Order: sequence, then structure tokens, then C-alpha cells
Amino acid sequence: MVNKNSKKRTKQNALGNETEKASFALTVEHERDGNVEQISRRSAWQDFRRKVCLLVPYMWPRGSVWLQVLVILCVGLLGLERVINVFVPIYSRNIVNQLSAMENWRTLAITVCVYVLLKFFQGGGVGTSGFVSNLRSFLWTHVQQYTSRVVQVRLFAHLHGLSLRWHLGRRTGDVLRSIDRGTSSVNNLLSYIVFSIVPTIADIVIAIIYFVTYFSAWFGLIVFICMFLYLTLTIIITEWRTKYRREMNTQDNNAKSKAVDSLLNFETVKYYNSEGFEVRRFEDAILKYQACEWKTNASLALLNQTQNLIIGLGLLAGSLLCAYYVTVDKFQVGDYVLFGTYIVQLYTPLNWFGTYYRMIQSAFVDMESMFDLLTEEKEVKDTVNAGDLSFTKGRVDFKNVCFSYTAGKEILSDVSFTVMPGQTFALVGPSGSGKSTIIRLLFRFYDVQSGCILIDGQDIAKVRQNSLRSYIGVVPQDTVLFNDNIRENIRYGRISASDQEVEEAAVAADIHDKILSLPDGYDTEVGERGLKLSGGEKQRVAIARTILKSPRIILLDEATSALDSQTERNIQASLAKVCANHTTLVVAHRLSTIVSSDQILVLHDGRIAEQGRHEELLAKGGLYAAMWLKQQQTPESEVSTEEQPQEP
Amino acid sequence: MVEMKSFCEAGVSMQQVWVEGGLTLCFYFTLVPSVLLTLLFLFGTLLCIWYSRYGTDMEPKFVPRSGLYRLQVGLSVLLILQALGWMVFRLSWSAELPGYVVLYGCLSMLGWIWAVVLLRLERRKVLVRDRTRGHSTVLLLYWAVAFAADNLAFVSWMSPQWWWSLETSEQQMEFAFWLVRYFCSGLLFLLGLKAPGLPRRPYMLLVNEDERDVEHGAPLLGNSDEDQSTWKDFGKKVRLLVPYMWPKGSVLLQLLVLMCLGMLGIERAINVFVPIYYKNIVNQLTDGSSWKTLAMTVCVYCLLKFLQGGGAGASGFVSNLRSFLWIRVQQYTNRVVQVRLFAHLHALSLRWHLGRRTGDVLRSIDRGTSSINSLLSYIVFSIFPTIADIVIAIVYFISNFNAWFGLIVFVCMALYLTLTIFITEWRTKYRRDMNTQDNNAKSKAVDSLLNFETVKYYNAESYEVGRFEDAILKYQVSEWKTNASLALLNQTQNLIIGLGLLTGSLLCAYFVTEGKFQVGDYVLFGTYIIQLYTPLNWFGTYYRMIQNSFIDMESMFKLFTEEEEVKDEVNAGNLYFRQGKVEFENVFFSYTQGKEILKDVSFTVLPGQTVALVGQSGSGKSTIIRLLFRFYDVQGGCIKIDGQDISKVKQSSLRAHIGVVPQDTVLFNDNIRDNIRYGRVTATDQEVEEAAIAADIHDKIIGFPDGYETQVGERGLKLSGGEKQRVAIARTILKAPQIILLDEATSALDTQTERNIQASLAKVCANRTTVVVAHRLSTIIGADVILVLRDGQIVERGRHEELLAKGGLYSDMWQKQQQAQDSDSASDSETKDRKSEKLQPQTSTTAHRGH
Repeated sequence: MVNKNSKKRTKQNALGNETEKASFALTVEHERDGNVEQISRRSAWQDFRRKVCLLVPYMWPRGSVWLQVLVILCVGLLGLERVINVFVPIYSRNIVNQLSAMENWRTLAITVCVYVLLKFFQGGGVGTSGFVSNLRSFLWTHVQQYTSRVVQVRLFAHLHGLSLRWHLGRRTGDVLRSIDRGTSSVNNLLSYIVFSIVPTIADIVIAIIYFVTYFSAWFGLIVFICMFLYLTLTIIITEWRTKYRREMNTQDNNAKSKAVDSLLNFETVKYYNSEGFEVRRFEDAILKYQACEWKTNASLALLNQTQNLIIGLGLLAGSLLCAYYVTVDKFQVGDYVLFGTYIVQLYTPLNWFGTYYRMIQSAFVDMESMFDLLTEEKEVKDTVNAGDLSFTKGRVDFKNVCFSYTAGKEILSDVSFTVMPGQTFALVGPSGSGKSTIIRLLFRFYDVQSGCILIDGQDIAKVRQNSLRSYIGVVPQDTVLFNDNIRENIRYGRISASDQEVEEAAVAADIHDKILSLPDGYDTEVGERGLKLSGGEKQRVAIARTILKSPRIILLDEATSALDSQTERNIQASLAKVCANHTTLVVAHRLSTIVSSDQILVLHDGRIAEQGRHEELLAKGGLYAAMWLKQQQTPESEVSTEEQPQEP
Repeated sequence: MVEMKSFCEAGVSMQQVWVEGGLTLCFYFTLVPSVLLTLLFLFGTLLCIWYSRYGTDMEPKFVPRSGLYRLQVGLSVLLILQALGWMVFRLSWSAELPGYVVLYGCLSMLGWIWAVVLLRLERRKVLVRDRTRGHSTVLLLYWAVAFAADNLAFVSWMSPQWWWSLETSEQQMEFAFWLVRYFCSGLLFLLGLKAPGLPRRPYMLLVNEDERDVEHGAPLLGNSDEDQSTWKDFGKKVRLLVPYMWPKGSVLLQLLVLMCLGMLGIERAINVFVPIYYKNIVNQLTDGSSWKTLAMTVCVYCLLKFLQGGGAGASGFVSNLRSFLWIRVQQYTNRVVQVRLFAHLHALSLRWHLGRRTGDVLRSIDRGTSSINSLLSYIVFSIFPTIADIVIAIVYFISNFNAWFGLIVFVCMALYLTLTIFITEWRTKYRRDMNTQDNNAKSKAVDSLLNFETVKYYNAESYEVGRFEDAILKYQVSEWKTNASLALLNQTQNLIIGLGLLTGSLLCAYFVTEGKFQVGDYVLFGTYIIQLYTPLNWFGTYYRMIQNSFIDMESMFKLFTEEEEVKDEVNAGNLYFRQGKVEFENVFFSYTQGKEILKDVSFTVLPGQTVALVGQSGSGKSTIIRLLFRFYDVQGGCIKIDGQDISKVKQSSLRAHIGVVPQDTVLFNDNIRDNIRYGRVTATDQEVEEAAIAADIHDKIIGFPDGYETQVGERGLKLSGGEKQRVAIARTILKAPQIILLDEATSALDTQTERNIQASLAKVCANRTTVVVAHRLSTIIGADVILVLRDGQIVERGRHEELLAKGGLYSDMWQKQQQAQDSDSASDSETKDRKSEKLQPQTSTTAHRGH
């Protein structure tokens, strides 16, 4: 007993060492290839230890004793399978020997029944559908589901925690693909490593020990050499074809992204008669993908043939040797049958070993993409000891704020201003002068590079984002709606609101009558990103959301730019009521809408060029006055037009 | 007491099937009930599934009362009793009871009981789609085979073991039992042809004739549409699949297909010889053959094994080579389907795109494309080869072993397939539900990520994560049911395989002990059965995957069958553009039933004219532009360009002449240069920059660090609203269309930029037919004609001055805008006063000059 165990451990260590040596050799080879090639041929096994560390927490389901019991039970069933795999060929041998020796029927019948029972437990030879394996798969479902759910939810929460900058630059198609593949890869890795690779290697080690003990050292040697060659060549070839696999994934992502982008821009494609162009572009992307796919599959065929050749040679050597021993009466006929059965039984899952190795590699690649998402740093983070914003009156201070989206292109330069509680501030200036940026900074989509923003004397960079945002309502310039009915879209402002409150907000936003006139009323479904509603209707939904939210600070980013005059007047009245006694920042193009503001800031190239009330700025005769005069020119031309009919 | 010593009678070997000029009784009485029960179980189960899923109870008054039906039942009961009686007779007559007597009695009783159950089922239930009268094929087949089996007794006319000589009382009793069976089964078959227990006319006709039950007819028909089987329209789906198996247009690929099929045949031959050679090795070892012969046999065996693979059948040399060659064919199919589907989606109407969910569509595309390749792989390279192997094995066992083994293999395979199909059908609903939940979860993720900013605006991250987790939990409940039912399926299959292996192994071992077989024959049987069962384990998986693939293909072909709402007519020609006169004549349109957007709209835009559309939000202004662009077709009236009805010309030629600057601009995930170039894909960089200059965005672009190479985020979110609209204007300038549609093109711009753009647009629109939708009346004062829309109708039309003079709706809108200006004017009065004071010295100077 002790000897067997020590031999088993020795063999396992030997195999492990061989694998490590192979990995080390590959690493050395990579170093000699130079930096550039090394980067492009980065092995999936790089950071192997780090990846395994990432993987382990998902195998042991913390927080659920029931699932932990299931894990232990599954591992126990794995051990049981190993025992069964030894006894099946042994009983097969016993049957043949008893038949040769003409044993009595009773003994023979019992042996056959036991053999069939073992076969029932083992399955039809593939090892994946026997009773024990089936039971283990059944029990493992819950563990797998737990893992899958945890990973997906954690990743999803993380994505929503990332910054606006990241979201503006991402491609949804790529992200979704990484999520899908990453989630599958975690489960696949667990399945392949724990339930396929480890059991297979255990079976091989047990077989070698058995052959050395009960047959002769030659058989153990044959099995060992074949397995070693098999594993080595499998690893080498699979490493070699990794680059094809990666490239295939990249091309697949490209093709899918093109499809997504094109479908999302359906109207633009129609506007420019570009269906043919899009189809050709899509086909080109698929052709590129399929060129990579062919290389991947061709290299897979090579891998399979190499494995098959090694297995064939091993079977040939062992069979000839065994047959020879039988002819010289060292073995019985049943021993030949045992060898044949056992070797075929070993090789069957080994055929899958190459596939599992490749799938593990692919899963590592996919997991890599997913964990890249998980390790994407949140640009705007709450500091460790951040507290809640203590809202008192609503005073907003910008002090010496400098900000740029990218290095070298400063959007805001040394901006300072103060909004007193209850005041209405207006921001005006040419497009791209930084007006919307100020709103985004106040909402803390980004952090300032220098200076600070205070609310009631508290630096917003040092308070929790959640608490900051709960006090601020934004009516954006470009409204997007969810794929849901109108009621739910408005209710998004405050999810706990009742239907009556939703309707009151819609009335205040002057969209209630419009909603009722729709055939489905408030239950009307709006299409993706609200494309079914007109621009004005979408903006009124956004206004209704904000009204429902009842924030303390209101940011209006050209909130009524898409409305007609009559509707705008109605909305302005409602907004005036909503904004009364609230601190308000307005970004507007139409100067007429901000005449009554307490303060008007005129922005130019990221700086505050002028500041004051409407009358003051006009009196000053600067940039604002010029803008105002330009808007006045239009009415004057109208007046002059009107005068003409009077002359007759 | 009675002692059961052996399966057959004493002295009769199980190996013998034909002795003394006739079949052995043992074989005959095992064959008949086994085959009958297997057939009935196989097809009867399918029939029960069919009736339970699609059948409905027949109203009692339509069930015909018939004495012949009772006769049918009586005859079946009599057959049950005769089987029992025969067993009792054999027991009482002889002290020794062979096993086959018990087998025959039990199986026969089971078979006829089941037949009675089916008979009553067909009488009480009716398939709504039933167009025929009479019994199902299943029952007719059962009765026919039973009658044929009784006729089979005649082939043993000469055998002394049978009862034909009638010499002893035992033989006379046997003859009597046979007569009962013969008469009853024959009469059942004849009565079955007449079907007295079923309505003579289709059930639905009977229902329709009875006026009082007409209302109930519709629900019956409606119910049948729900819970469709995956195999519904199976023929249609196969026809959809066939064109993708044979790659038209490429002789090389066709040769590859033929080669792959040829290799399938080679694999079948190899699968027979592998166990044969294994048997030869064992026999030669037992016989002590010479080493040379033995070594030769071992080498051949290993070579065959190399060609076959390690037992899984999926990675042998031949299989590997076939897979390698198949790559090209698969890729061709994959590419054709994806490109065709993609082109089809872009041909669908705006209405469909507005209502779709991108996540669902993309998933259907992915799964549908994969499903076609999966179906081809599974059916051609897995199912057919497996069934072929089974048939070959049965033939081999009957020829070279014994009919018993063929019977065992046949019964096991039939049971296996029956239960596999039965359980897989049962778990289809779990699978469909799982797919639905998966789509829901993914759609929620997509929707949430696309609305990232809105989620932030309302601090709804936790809400979104909670909703996402709920969706995943629902998915996983369905997933668990799917996996649990899969486990049940696997265990059932495993049990049948185990029983078959047990029966065959025991029988084979028995024959070896009796000296009828050699040791190698046992090894051959074991090896061959396991070899058969290995791919059969996958059969359940393949069946399920085929089912899944059909479901996925179903979703994809639904996209294909989505009708293009706006279609070019068969003989549609190109729009022959001359001057650009646009006419709307009595146009009616609604997006959905009951909500009319446009009512009897008529107007004309003369060549080179600018027409402005004004009115409340939602009054139909943007709809007119969409109709002119032909995103939708009108319900009444017509739209003409240069006298040609746009619904009768090709859409692409119509759109080639129209440029649109939309209200809500979206950009592609690409750099700015390519976004502008989208207006005319063939334009040069210089032309792109000229268009940008004309749209007053060139300086802004140059100001970016990456200039024209700057990447814009998804749907152009990185640019401000004004910047996006100027990109859209640049696209249109680059396209240089003859008709320009401006849908509030400058609504997101500031005053200064708007003025610049207006100047550029004025240049672009000069001498071009232009339709403008605007909120700011100031921007359309110069229009040739202004149409005022309200509730889908044109209530006023004319030039600016005319409409003001008229004092109607337009005048009111204008006055309201003026009020805003007046409040500004009030502020201006002080300023003007101050200026007056400053100007006085100049006046004096002027007066002085006057002097």
C-alpha cells in the first residue's frame, strides 16, 4: 500500500515536472525570438499562475454550504470513476479466461453480470454518460450555475461602474462578445480541468502502475513513452496554433461589430443607399474571419493526426508484445484482451485531451478578455473614506477648474464661478466651447485635472458619487429611451413612483395628452433608443423623468432645443415651476430662453469671457452683446419686411 | 412443481432456428411478440405524443355508436385471453415450462392491451388537422403484422414439431389456439380497414354543420397553433437545408462533398472489420497459431484501428481527413447564409427596425448560422453513419452469428431510439424556455449598456444589476430543468444499453460454454456492441442538438420570411429625374391602425422651390419626409416626382436623388473622415475636406489632436449635438443630391453657427428642390411656400407675408415667437436710450456741418 502510494506520487510529480519543463522550454524559445515576435506570439499560458488564482475562487462556492457539499460529492464521484475504470478491463479479462478454461455456467454468469454492471456505471466507453458520470454532471449543474451567475453579475456591475470616457470609446458588440465568452470560459475551464484533464491523467498514472505491477515493466514503459510523447506533441502543436486562434477571434469580433454598427445605423444606411456597401464590407469581414478559421481547423487536423499516429504506434507495440507473451505461455488469452480493452479505454478520453487542451487555451484567451474588462480601472473612483454629500442649500462653486478629455487639448482653462442657492445660471457660447463639459464635470462623469468643484463647501471629488448624483437631475441634449413602454421610461426617474405620479410628471412635461392619443396609451412600446418618438417627444419624456426625480440641482443641457415654439413655452412654464428655488444650470443656444437668468456666463475657448446679468452684459458691449445683436438682426429683417406692406 | 430449466425446450439448441423443415417453435414464439411489441411501442408512443399535444376531445354526440366497434374490442380481449390461456395450457400439459412460453404470453398480452388503449384513444380524441377518416397507420400496421405473423406458421408445414399433423391431442389444442389467433387477427385487420368506431366524415365538417358549435371551432383551431413541435413543417425545414449542403457554383466544393460522402462509406466498412480482426486475434491465440500469422493479424488490426480512431469515431485518420476536407464546404455555407441574411435585414422596412431588439436579432443570426452547419454535421456525418452501422451490425449478426443476436440488437436499438425521441420531445419545452430567457437576459444587458448615461443620470446602477441578476436567475431555472431532463435521458439510454449488453453477453457466453462459439466470438460481440453503443451515446445528444438547431434555424428563417414592407414592383424602373417637381396627392398614412398621421395631404413643390413644413410636435412633419424618402408606403393617394409615382420606381434610384439631414444624427464607430465620406463612399480626401469646410466644421476637426482621424464613439457620442449635425450636413453636401430634405437640421446649433450653416445650406439648396422641417420660424421666412400642419392636415399654406396677413395659425405661432422677442425689445429700450444720448454730439456736428 505504502509503496503504491509513493509510486503514484512519484509518477504524478514526474508528469508535472515534464509539463513544467515543456513550458520552460517554450519560454526560452520565445525569448530568443525577440521582443516584437514575443509580444505577437504571447502564449495563452503567460501569467498562468495569476489566471489560476483568478479561477480558484469560482470553483469553491463560498457562502453556500449546500454547494460546497455538492462540490465534495462530485470530487468523490470522480474518484469512484477511477476505480471503475480499472475493474472493467479486469472483469473483461476474467470472462475470457473463464471461457477458455470452460468454467461452469454459474460462475461465468455471475462474472458477466458484474462486468455489465460496471459497464453501466462506466458508460459506453466515452466516459461521459455512464451512471456515475451522469450523476456527477447532474449535481454539478447547481455549482456551475452559481459560478456563471456570480461572474456575469459582477462583470455587469463593474461595467456600469466604469467611466463615461470608457463607454464612449467602447464597441458594444466587442464587449458583449467578451462577456459571453468570458462567462462560458470560466465554466469551461472548471469542467475541462477538474472533470476531464485531471481524471485522464489519473487514469494514465494508475494504468502505468497496474501494468508495471501485474504485467511487466515493458508495458509500463510503452504506456509511459506513448503518453509522454502524446502530451508533449499535443502541447507543442497547440501552442503553435494559438496565434491562429487569436487571430480568428479578432476577426470574428470585427465581423460582428460591423454587423452591429450597421444595423444600429439602419437609417443612415438607407439615407445614403449603402446597403450594397455594407453587405460587401460584411462579406469581406467574414472572408477574413474564414481565412483564419481555415488555418485554425487545418492545424487542428494536423494535431489530431499526430495524436492518432502516436496512439496507433503504441497500440501496435503493446499488442505485438502481448501476443508474443501469450504465444510463449507467459500470459493467458484474457491478458491480451485486458491489454486491448484497457489501452482503448485509456485512449478514448485521450483523444479528447487535445480538444480539451485547445479548449482550455481558448477559454484562457476568452477569460483574458473578460478579466481585461474586470481590471479596467474606474477612472472616477470614490475615495476610501468618502462620505455622503451633506446637502444644505445648494451652493455650487467652481474654483480654478482645468480639464481636458485628452492630453494637449484643454477644454476648460481656469474656470471659476459661483452659483448661489436657488439661483439660475446660464451657460452660453459657440458649439464646443465647453458648456456641456461643465455639466458633465458637475455630475462627475469625469474628475477635474486641477482646481475643484464644491457643493455647499464640500469638494465633490471627496464625496460618494451615488449621493452626489441623487441630488442632481439632468435633462440631456440627446435623449435616449429604453426598450420598454412609455410609462416605465418616465418612471425611470424614480423607480418607486406610482402610476399617478408618473402621469402627473407627464402632465407637467406637456406630453400627457400626446401619450393618451396613442393607441396603447402609456403602455406604448418605444423602439430601440426611442427611435419611434420624435425628437421633441423624446425630450419631453426626459423632462418628465427629471420632474419625477425631484432633484435639488437641475442641469438643463439645451433641454428644449428640439421643441417648437408653442411646446417650448409650455415646457418653460413647467420648468420654471420645477426650477423655482432650485439651483439651476442651463445650457442654451437661444438667448431668449435665458434672459431672466440670475447670471449668464459667456464661454469662449474654455474660458469665461464674460459674466453678469442680461442687461449688464448688453451694456458691456462685449461677446454676449454681439451674439445678442446677431439674433436681433433676424427680427429686424422681419420688421423691415413687415413695413413694406404698410407703404401701399 | 414446474421447473424452468432453459429458454427453449429440452434437447433443442438455442442456436438452431430452422430444423427438420421448419422454424423452431422457440424462435417463432420469441420473434413474433418481440417484433410486434417493439413496433407498437415505437410508433404507438409517437401517436400518443401526437394526440396528447395536438388532439382534442371529441364531443360525445359525434362519436358513432357501433356494434362493430365493440366487436373490435371484443376480438382484442379475446386475443389477450388466448395468450394467457395458451400459457396456462402449456403449463398444465408439461412438467417443464420453457422460457419462451412465458415471454410470448407476457409480451402478447402487453401488445394487445396497448392496441386496445390506442383504439379507444382514436375513438375519443381527434386531431384538429385530421383530414382523413379511418384508423391511424400504427394500428393498421399492427393488425397487419399480427395477421402476417400467423400466416408465417404455414412455412413450417412440413415440420413434425408443429401442430399441422394433428396427430396428438396436444397438437390439436395448439391448432385450436392458432385458429383463434388467425381468425381474430384477420378479422381485426378487416374491421380496421372499415373503422366503424370513428366518424365517417372529417370532424371539423361535423362541427361546422352544427351551428350551435361554430363558436367552439375557432378555439380548437387556435389551440393547435400553440406549443408546436419542433418537427412541425419538418419537410419544409429539410428543403430549406438541402441547398446549403450542395454548394452550387463551385465544382471544387462539390467534389469535396462527394469525397466526404465516400469516406463515410469507407468508415462503415472499417467499423465492421475492426471487431472481426479482434476476434481473429483471440481465436488465433487460443488455437496457438504460429507467430508469423499472429503478428500479421495484429498489424492489420492496428492499422484498421488507426484508420478508425480510438473508439470515439471522431478522430480516426479517415474521419479526420473527412473533417479537414469539409472545412471548405462548411465555410462556404456559413458565409452564404450570413451575407444573405445581412442583406435581407437591410432590405427590411424602417418600421421593422424601429421595433426590433438588436440583441435578439444578433442572437438569432449567430445561432441560426451555427445551426445550419450543426444540422449538416449531425445528420450527414453522425446520424446516418450510426444508423447505417446498426443496420449493418444486425445483418452481420443474423448472417454470421445467430438470429437471436440480430433480434437482441434490433429490439435494443428500437427501444433506444423510441425512448430517446420520446424524452427529447418532452424536454423541448424546457429548452425553448431556456432560449427565451437567455435572450431576455442578453437584451437587458445590451439595453442597459447602450443607455449608460441615462443609468448614471438616475443612479440606477443597482437597479440595473438587480434586474440583470433576476433575468439570469430565470434563465438558470430553465437551464436546470433542461440539464435535469438531460440527465434523465442519459440514464434511460444507459439502462437500455446495459440491458442489451447483459442479454447478449450472457447468451454469447452460454453458446461458448456449449461449444457452439469460440472464445473470439464472445470478444467480437463485446467489442462490436460497445463500438455500436459509443456513437449511440451521442445519438441522444445529436438528436437534441438537431432539435436545438432546428429551433435556432427556425428563428433565423423567421427573419428571412419577414416580409419587406416596402418592395420594389417587379417591373419597377429607375426614377427618371428631370427637374425635381414633387407632388403629394391626397396622401393618407398611419403607422398603426386607428391612428392616422396624415389625412388627405396634397401639395406641390415646383423645381428649385423651397417648401417649409411647420406645426406642433407630432403633427406629421417628419412623417412627410419619411414618406418622400419611401421608408414607408402611403395607404392612400400617391407621391410623385416629375410625374412618376415613387411607389412604382426602384427605391435605390429614388434615394440616389434625395439627401436627408436628419433630426437625430448618428455616427458610425469610425474616424471623422470616413463618417463624412459616407455621403459618397468614392469621394477623395480633398472632397471630404471641402464638404467639411462648407459645413463649417473643418476648423473644429483640425483642432482635434488626431484631426480627421479622430475616432468617434458608438453612435457618435463623443461629439456634441451641434458637431454631429454638422457632420450630417457635410455628408449631404458631399452627396450632392438634387432633392434635399432638412429635418430640423440646425435645431442643435447656436445662433452664430446656425447662421454660417444657413449660408452654406443656402448655397447647396440653390436651384434644388428643398423641403424643410423647422421649429424656428425665423429660419424659413425665405421659403417659397410654407405649409402649416395640424393633426395631419394642411391648414394653411402660402408665403410668410401671405400667412401673416391671413391672421391664422401661422400668424399665432409667429406672434408667440415675437412675444419672446418683444420682452427682449423691452430690455433694449434702455440701451437705445443710452445710445441716443451718446449720439447727440454727432447730431450737433451734423447740424454744424449743415451750417
